[in-house]
Amino acid sequence: MAYTQELKELMRKVEETRTSRVNNPHPRMTPDERTEVLNNFHPDYIEEAFQPLQVGPNKGDRVPLELAGLLEAQSCLSPQKIDLTRYDYDVDVLVVGGGGGGASAALEAHEQGARVLLATKLRFGDANTIMAQGGIQAADKPNDSPAIHYIDVLGGGGFTNLPELVKTLVNDAPLTIKWLEDLGTMFDKTEDGTMVTIHGGGTSRKRMHAAQDYTGAEIMRTLRDEVYNRHIEVLEFNPAVELILDESGSAAGAVLYNLETEDYIVVRAKTVIMAAGGSGRLHYQEFPTSNHYGATGDGLVMGYRAGAQLAFMDTIQYHPTGAAYPPQLVGLLVTEKVRGLGAMFINVHGEQFVYSLETRDVASSAIIKECKEIKNGIKTPTGLDAVWLDSPLIELLHGEGTIEKQLPAMLRQFKRFDLDIRKEPILIYPTLHYQNGGILIDENGCSTVDNLYVAGENAGGIHGRNRLMGNSLLDILVFGRRAGRHAAKKSKEISASEKLSLEHVNSYHQELQEAGIVKEIKSPQILPSYSYEKI
Amino acid sequence: MSTDSAINIYIMGKKYEVPDSLTIMEAMEYAGYQLKRGCGCRAGFCGACSTVYRIGGEFDLKVGLACQTKVQPEMYLAQIPFFPGRKATYNMEEITPSVTHLMALYPEVFRCLGCNSCTKACPQDLNVMQYIAYLQRGDFAAAADESFDCLMCGLCVSRCPVNIVHYNAAILARRLYAKYMVPQAGHLQQRVEEIENKQFDEELSTLMSEETEKLKERYNQRDIE
Repeated sequence: MAYTQELKELMRKVEETRTSRVNNPHPRMTPDERTEVLNNFHPDYIEEAFQPLQVGPNKGDRVPLELAGLLEAQSCLSPQKIDLTRYDYDVDVLVVGGGGGGASAALEAHEQGARVLLATKLRFGDANTIMAQGGIQAADKPNDSPAIHYIDVLGGGGFTNLPELVKTLVNDAPLTIKWLEDLGTMFDKTEDGTMVTIHGGGTSRKRMHAAQDYTGAEIMRTLRDEVYNRHIEVLEFNPAVELILDESGSAAGAVLYNLETEDYIVVRAKTVIMAAGGSGRLHYQEFPTSNHYGATGDGLVMGYRAGAQLAFMDTIQYHPTGAAYPPQLVGLLVTEKVRGLGAMFINVHGEQFVYSLETRDVASSAIIKECKEIKNGIKTPTGLDAVWLDSPLIELLHGEGTIEKQLPAMLRQFKRFDLDIRKEPILIYPTLHYQNGGILIDENGCSTVDNLYVAGENAGGIHGRNRLMGNSLLDILVFGRRAGRHAAKKSKEISASEKLSLEHVNSYHQELQEAGIVKEIKSPQILPSYSYEKI
Repeated sequence: MSTDSAINIYIMGKKYEVPDSLTIMEAMEYAGYQLKRGCGCRAGFCGACSTVYRIGGEFDLKVGLACQTKVQPEMYLAQIPFFPGRKATYNMEEITPSVTHLMALYPEVFRCLGCNSCTKACPQDLNVMQYIAYLQRGDFAAAADESFDCLMCGLCVSRCPVNIVHYNAAILARRLYAKYMVPQAGHLQQRVEEIENKQFDEELSTLMSEETEKLKERYNQRDIE
């Protein structure tokens, strides 16, 4: 759906100022300006969109309303209906989730000699990982170091990140890239093998490694191929719906649900790695999302009911560059690599209004301000607010053909709807992208529940209140691998539980009842429902 | 959109009236489907929603990703969310980018008839038959490059008369190429050794114990290179 005549006319203003902007970027915000725009415009600061939890380990902590609804709902499982004396699978390590976190955990656990089962809600590899386009950070260039990376991560996270986790993230980063290189991941390289690295929002060195703009897809398909090569058993379309604990309250398995036959499957495991992903499909504050269909926060729900502490669940990342046009692509991620390559944010008058490489939280807030308060946004034909992301500037800066070479996925996605991002700027608005928090972990991926490990987007504490681009692909692999190794080692030290229990679900229901909470919905949600929705 | 008009489409033969602005995926949901299979990233990256369709009155079968293809009037569609393609298993440390190894793992690659059905079936518009030809020739670099944007959706395999599993042969080629033909990154190897020698541990420990104010100062004064 090409731009309307009206939009084409507005687009001319962007064209008119393009050349003059080449060596004239908008200044970066001062620390005070950043604080001001965040406090006034970031969705995390809208008080009525949050509520304190009334039960569970995080009682009193504020979380988004939509998440609170699920955390304080009854289980979709009736514990008394499950016969826990007979199990369908008996393994050392159960991995819940088939994204990058789960796959890397499974590979490392298998490497340690554990019997591993990987169960996932949709297909193996259907996850936010596969959609990550821009890149993965690691300080492996001579002008960079893990310490410089550390400062960037902390600054990006508002100095709230847990230091031990950040240290682990930055120190393991080059080791992780090396692991991927050895597995045969096709990174962008120069002829002599040097990694091509660029900036992302909030980076002080060019440390973003990429595989064109299919970085997550390339990593995911490589890991998946390797999991199959190792003959690790994978159960697709079998989401976990509750954790199973033993008598002492340690994790001892999970109940899976066969989406097609609607049967329950009991898995006994010595250790469990929860890697069930994010929660963008809960559409906090009615934002569109860049997330995968399965991102319904199931891991948070199961973990919380089992007693695991959550961290930073009141902070959500809105990616500044979600597509706002055409209507079929609304919410879809326009990779940050577009800004990394030099595209600027432009308002309706053809002017820059924010430095193009501010961190995601700051850039999103600035865009919301430009549209909602200053009223310099552009209205799309469906009535959405938007600003321009001046992608043609990339070709001006780096030469013709750059977009085709470096952003083939983006080019293709828009071309399908008759838009050419080499010549036409993109209309964007912040999209719900990432849960910054999750189940609290330590440097080995241990949660506060014994034998329950956590990896991937449902882990929390690493990024504090805001994550930088390229640190999510990194963290899911760093902590996925660590969780895999430690869960496997732990499984060798303990014997399988003789008495499996879902009593914690009953107790949780009891707690809800005592708090007077009655909800119609059950959780985990498993799939979003878009049926009958008029678009 | 206000300019929407209603059109008829046929989902597995059943007629539904849907707005013409929707993608196939949105149209199925509009029609009342709660998708389980045939829906993944909803953004054109995962290959879960491969769809085969034909427009009423025409002969040609067309393909597309349900999340990336708009509905058209008189569209007859069915999803192919899974295809039982064979995957060879191998130890990456024991094989090399050679025709011998490829032939042992995926002999069917050499049975290609040159019908080009695979290329016509690719929703990413890749030149699938061309990369199969590169593979037969042992040109792993060209095959890796040509197949790079593959989503592994399986539509190529569904149309192949000699049962080649194009996408699996392609990922083998890409992994071999990246592992054995592209030079390793020297700077990465060096950094790995430095980390293994605990070269950054002290500096990181210092930062970890530093007061927030001091860290903020470092952050705000850092050079951007």
